[in-house]
Amino acid sequence: MTPTSSSTASTASSAGVFDDVVRSESSLRRFLHGLPGVDQVGCEARAAGLATRSIKTTSKAFAIDLAIRMVDLTTLEGQDTHGKVRALASKAMRPDPADPSCPATAAVCVYPDMVATAKQTLGDSGVNVAAVATAFPSGRAAMDIKLADTRDAVEAGADEIDMVIDRGAFLSGRYLDVYEEIAQVKEACGDAHLKVIFETGELQTYDNVRRASWLAMMAGGHFIKTSTGKVQPAATLPVTLIMLEAVRDFREQTGQMVGVKPAGGIKTTKDAIKYLVMVNEIAGPDWLDPDWFRFGASTLLNDLLMQRTKMTTGRYSGPDYFTLD
Amino acid sequence: MSRIDVRKTYKLYIGGQFPRSESGRSYVVNDAKGRLLANAAQASRKDARDAVVAARAAFGGWSTKTAYNRAQIVYRIAEVLEGRREQFEAELRAAEGVSAAKAKTYVDAAIDRLVWYAGWADKITQVVGNANPVAGPFFNLSTPEPSGVIAVVAPRGALLGLVSVVAPLIVTGNTVVVIASQDNPLTAITLGEVMATSDLPGGVVNVLTGSQSEIAPWLASHMDVNGIDLTGVEDAALASELEVAAADNLKRVRRPAPDTDWLLEPGLDRMTRFMETKTVWHPIGV
Amino acid sequence: MSNIFEYAPAPESRAVVDIKPSYGLFINGEFVDGHGKAFKTVNPATEEVLAEVAEADDADVDEAVKAARRAYTRVWSRMSGAERAKYLYRIARIIQERGRELAVLESIDNGKPIKESRDVDIPVVAAHFFYYAGWADKLEHSGYGSTPLGVAGQVIPWNFPLLMLAWKIAPALACGNTVVLKPAETTPLTALLFAEICQQADLPPGVVNIVTGAGDTGRAIVSHPDVDKVAFTGSTEVGKAIARAVAGTDKKVTLELGGKAANIVFDDAPLDQAIEGIVNGIFFNQGHVCCAGSRLLVQESVADEVLERLKRRMSTLRMGDPLDKNTDVGAINSGEQLKRIRELSEVGDAEGAERWEVACDLPTKGFWFPPTLFTGVSQAHRIAREEIFGPVLSVLTFRTPSEAIEKANNTPFGLSAGVWTDKGSRILSMANRLRAGVVWANTFNKFDPTSPFGGYKESGYGREGGRHGLEAYLKGEDS
Repeated sequence: MTPTSSSTASTASSAGVFDDVVRSESSLRRFLHGLPGVDQVGCEARAAGLATRSIKTTSKAFAIDLAIRMVDLTTLEGQDTHGKVRALASKAMRPDPADPSCPATAAVCVYPDMVATAKQTLGDSGVNVAAVATAFPSGRAAMDIKLADTRDAVEAGADEIDMVIDRGAFLSGRYLDVYEEIAQVKEACGDAHLKVIFETGELQTYDNVRRASWLAMMAGGHFIKTSTGKVQPAATLPVTLIMLEAVRDFREQTGQMVGVKPAGGIKTTKDAIKYLVMVNEIAGPDWLDPDWFRFGASTLLNDLLMQRTKMTTGRYSGPDYFTLD
Repeated sequence: MSRIDVRKTYKLYIGGQFPRSESGRSYVVNDAKGRLLANAAQASRKDARDAVVAARAAFGGWSTKTAYNRAQIVYRIAEVLEGRREQFEAELRAAEGVSAAKAKTYVDAAIDRLVWYAGWADKITQVVGNANPVAGPFFNLSTPEPSGVIAVVAPRGALLGLVSVVAPLIVTGNTVVVIASQDNPLTAITLGEVMATSDLPGGVVNVLTGSQSEIAPWLASHMDVNGIDLTGVEDAALASELEVAAADNLKRVRRPAPDTDWLLEPGLDRMTRFMETKTVWHPIGV
Repeated sequence: MSNIFEYAPAPESRAVVDIKPSYGLFINGEFVDGHGKAFKTVNPATEEVLAEVAEADDADVDEAVKAARRAYTRVWSRMSGAERAKYLYRIARIIQERGRELAVLESIDNGKPIKESRDVDIPVVAAHFFYYAGWADKLEHSGYGSTPLGVAGQVIPWNFPLLMLAWKIAPALACGNTVVLKPAETTPLTALLFAEICQQADLPPGVVNIVTGAGDTGRAIVSHPDVDKVAFTGSTEVGKAIARAVAGTDKKVTLELGGKAANIVFDDAPLDQAIEGIVNGIFFNQGHVCCAGSRLLVQESVADEVLERLKRRMSTLRMGDPLDKNTDVGAINSGEQLKRIRELSEVGDAEGAERWEVACDLPTKGFWFPPTLFTGVSQAHRIAREEIFGPVLSVLTFRTPSEAIEKANNTPFGLSAGVWTDKGSRILSMANRLRAGVVWANTFNKFDPTSPFGGYKESGYGREGGRHGLEAYLKGEDS
């Protein structure tokens, strides 16, 4: 077997554990296809089973605050303006103006051209700026443009970069191309953390999600993320289950932790708590932390705030009492 | 001076061979008028044991042959029987004292029955199996499989009766140890010769002759026998005793029916009684 | 479990059930006193006495059989299938309406987690009545004729009290038989609530009769001369006794007995789902399942990895109050059963197998046994041969498919088996060669009213569920 290409960035992570794996297209394919298969029905049944967990009282209060702290408050619209981003950033810092005990979100997530605006508002509040880069959401651009996109965002102050993988390359089996791309974007990130978006709705099978997870982790991604939010289905419980199993098994093998971010379609507190239960039982409590688990969401935050108010006041709240930013 | 006949020695049929009883015993079989026909081997419990061993050994191969193949072999038995029909007609007339016409009727029916059952080999699964529409993303299929080694107490009706109880068992993939009619055992051994020359693997059918009440209890209590067909048991107390013994390993039991009119067309029951339904589940996913 | 995310208790309310201090027998549509010695049924999670229950003696059983015979002759066998169906549909609907109540009562009396009684037992009970209701007016298409047998005597176990009742009563009634049913002595309450449901449905008196009691009551039913059909689910030992008891009679019998299922995991299995299947296979319903995957056969090349993952998964099982919605493993059904599980586990220790159990605090009251596995088990060990009927898994290894088959089939039982592999042709080959009535491939412990269930060899005979389940309650086309 002849090594087809060697990557300059391939040793960027995992201290060479996977050097043999990423040595060639064929070795990488062998590894990814050698991962245990996923039975769709069993996986979905497990996810549904965890979703029946009943969370009450103190656990629920804890879960709601944790979920707020895990939100990447997101706006990724063509109609975004600096004003909209400033409002969103303000909300991220103080989600419930009426209640100073309410924690801030983890980050705001915007397009690269809005990073500077977001950064300006957030300052040193501790709320990060995440930028979607690499020709989000399709990823269909030349590599140098993707890298420039990434560098621009980092230079503008982004703390985190949410990149998309080349699904076309992945689905046609050019795993090494995907790997190289992630590794190069990571390099372009510098100190910024890299989240790798799979667009699981396009990958279709859980086997693919598992392979993409390992590919991204081996290439040095700090987070693996389900979706752009632009393709349906976006985040689902079973897809997140597969990714949580992947980060769990990756740590088992390398000692390194990788974060998980479901994004898109998580709208209610009830949903968010189901995800947290899953994090707790699949990956383990170490992942119950904004450093290792995030929700990519916009409307979720208000529902979390309403439920939080219900927990503290004992009565149901209404949407008029929370800001629409 | 007329030629002296070469008389046939009737032995047992076990594992494709024709051994004498290990006990060395035989008993006198008379014709319908009470005259000596021949001596038959009087099987012992050890012969029964050997027959079960042979039937068990044959089960794996026989039950995994294709249904098409089993059909061909059972059909072949019919063909060979057809070729030797005069011998069977003569034997029936001698042993049972029936008229030539009656003997012909029985032989016809026996051949036709074999043909009928042969055709079932690759259809019974379709008729009694099921695809089951479970309420979930699962493929779910029920198919019949042979129970295993079946002991049979054959009814009177030396040919048609015997064929009617044995054919449904082997066509479905079971292997058989059959105790021939005690009074008319000779035809059963002759039928063994037919089977031995019909590509039927040794051990699929094993024929014991002798005392029903002596041999049957050993088969009924044998822990490596999966079912027992008591069709030919005429003594109610013995039948009860055999059914009780059969409970030791929960044999499938078919209760006595000695008065069956074997000329009537049978249903599926003789096949399905000694079949198990296996249901296989598998998720449906991508 | 996480310290920062410990689930708070989430108990289901008991207020939906109304347990009476004492219960009589349900004969001919009415509750009547029994003439045996009344006995108590307890909550196995707390040992609290729930109610006193009448014991039916021989005369009571005779009354019940007479009532069933009268109802059979005068009403039920004469009613059109379409009309019988309506009663069964009614019963199905009432079960759905009173589902929460039935689920809570089942968990209280049996000890099983509410999430199982709520999500599995009771919904499947209703589904069984719906399924067989639809058969009542279509029997001529069943392949088994449409002639009922008469009076069915039915004896059921304590592991799925109401579900086993449904498996017995729904097909019997659909086919036009009437029944005398005895629930297990440790779990009579949902059967007695079912009697009330029959009243609510205006089911004609005598069509369903429920007599409570223990072994003697069961024997009286089985040996009653006017019972045409015996259906039993329970131990192989009792099954054999029943087979002996009916010898020489015309009674038709079906038996659903014990098992010692092999759950076979190949090295190319979808491992995470296989782990779930192993856990579900042996810890579902505290392992009180005749088809439980109590023997794990794992290919040597992945044995260590599977065990490691299995232990990690077992450590997340939540054991405790059956009424807590987050409980995965509930209480052992009785002190007697707990004793048997303990004894056989000690035999496992003594025979040199290595025991590993989930570290958890067991409640001080009630009957509890932690999820347990034994490694280093060989086919010769008693824990690999005898049915433990508890949350105890014996782990064996194999190297080749033939060795897996050989070990899996090397048992007098033949109820169920599991196979885990991603290779389709291997699944089909294994499924063909396994001598078991139900083969779950890449899944385990799945049940459905349309799917026949029942065993090979000493696991019994006859099938329950599906079209095949009708055979047990009809005369047949040609016999």
